[in-house]
Amino acid sequence: MARRLNSISGFLLLAILWEVAPRLGLADPKFFPPLSTLLVELFNLAATQEFWGYLLSTARTWATGLLVATAAGVIAGLAIGLVPGARTYTHSTIEFLRPIPSVALIPGVILIFGSRYQSGVVLITYAAFWQVLLQMLYGLTDIDAVARDTARSFRFSKAGFVVHVAWPTLLPFLFTGIRLAASIALVLAVTAEMVIGTYGIGRGIVVAQTSNAIPAMYALVIVTGLMGVGINVAARAIEQRVLRWHPSVRNAAAI
Amino acid sequence: MRDTMVRSAGKILHRLAVELALPLGLFGLLLAVSANSTNFYFPPLARVLDRFDALWLGPRFATDVLPSLGRLIAGYTIACLTGIVIGVPLGMFRPLRRAAEPVLEFFRAIPPPALIPVLVMLAGFGDTMKVAVIVTGAIWPILLNTVEGVKGADMVLDETCRTYQIKGMSRLWNFVLPSASPQVVVGMRVGLSIGIILMVISEMFAATTGLGAAIIVFQRSFEIPEMWSGVLMLGLFGFALSVVFRLFERRALRWYYGMRDLERRS
Repeated sequence: MARRLNSISGFLLLAILWEVAPRLGLADPKFFPPLSTLLVELFNLAATQEFWGYLLSTARTWATGLLVATAAGVIAGLAIGLVPGARTYTHSTIEFLRPIPSVALIPGVILIFGSRYQSGVVLITYAAFWQVLLQMLYGLTDIDAVARDTARSFRFSKAGFVVHVAWPTLLPFLFTGIRLAASIALVLAVTAEMVIGTYGIGRGIVVAQTSNAIPAMYALVIVTGLMGVGINVAARAIEQRVLRWHPSVRNAAAI
Repeated sequence: MRDTMVRSAGKILHRLAVELALPLGLFGLLLAVSANSTNFYFPPLARVLDRFDALWLGPRFATDVLPSLGRLIAGYTIACLTGIVIGVPLGMFRPLRRAAEPVLEFFRAIPPPALIPVLVMLAGFGDTMKVAVIVTGAIWPILLNTVEGVKGADMVLDETCRTYQIKGMSRLWNFVLPSASPQVVVGMRVGLSIGIILMVISEMFAATTGLGAAIIVFQRSFEIPEMWSGVLMLGLFGFALSVVFRLFERRALRWYYGMRDLERRS
């Protein structure tokens, strides 16, 4: 009980501060509306069709981008990790391309896709691809030497090796990659909506700010935060479920 | 003696050839394929390089790249310092951490660009807003990794410190910070790449000066080779900073890598 109180005390304190400070005039209520005003605004928004349109559009961009990035990352990772010598030849290219900020692609995608949702998908794919690829490569170097030699002694085919030895070793790494990629994908989905003007929550925030609808702007920012938390929680839950058999999950549960 | 020297020189040359083969090949391919391009949106690479030379190695470097870099350094430094200063006590005191963690998880989950309109409203379109945007994005990985690093310190060392009555500042400097530093540096690396992205987004959003602003202005006025040269500059900017960071990491954590290699060998 005390422990639960402890873990919600931070939120309570923040909520009280956010409610009381504007009302007492410690913060300008025009720029920082009290929390209750924001929550009311949030409920009003949730009743509008526009809000759900924003939400669905952002979710679609996010999901498509993440899917494409994961597929590309897995395929490229297997190719680079399993073809002998491929890693040494691609190393410098990966190290050069990876730090290029994905936002550098914004002008390019505007020219090709304009403000359609594919613009966001391209940005997400570029940014999230590296997360998946790098984790795949880490995972493939991590293959247990004994397991590899055993597979070789039993004359596993290349396909058998991938399915029975490489894949189980890879999965935890892949999930870490997808989890990181999922939160980056949300950031870029919102970015595309804000800078390029793709339909979605990001554009909703900009529209609210320019039309001086401050509570609506805060409410939408809170919604993006809730989406982010939801993505993190869901990703971790799926990871726990799929990797039930894996020692890292089993041991964590035991402690 | 000479033989081994010749052989090691050959080895270095071979390695260099392996490292450069693919990048140079791709570059050459792009140069050749785009040479006769008549597509308005994808001009020949040679023209882009020509523009790059004229713009970014010329006056634009001082008027656009340096202000961007200045804002990035300002925002990143503030993010590092605040992240570590807040993260250390949270890592050390469990009740504090339990209270703060859910709040931090929520704020971290907000995509940083979503805060740009809020910061524009509070601070206008100037440098303050852009630095603040960088801080609000880059601080989270640094803060959360500092908390993890401090929390995960070696138990034996912790108890040794207690036994020898090492307390207060001396404990902080000699035990807490060094043992957390590898993890803090991981956070700083992630924070830097987020910082660069936010530097560009904040400039694109409030297009006045800076690399991001220049690129978006070129795009809007359909100066396509200039725009691509800016994209190239931005790519090199990100690459250069990651090289600088890796050098810093190697130096700052030399003791840690040395220890790890020793452990691996044994």
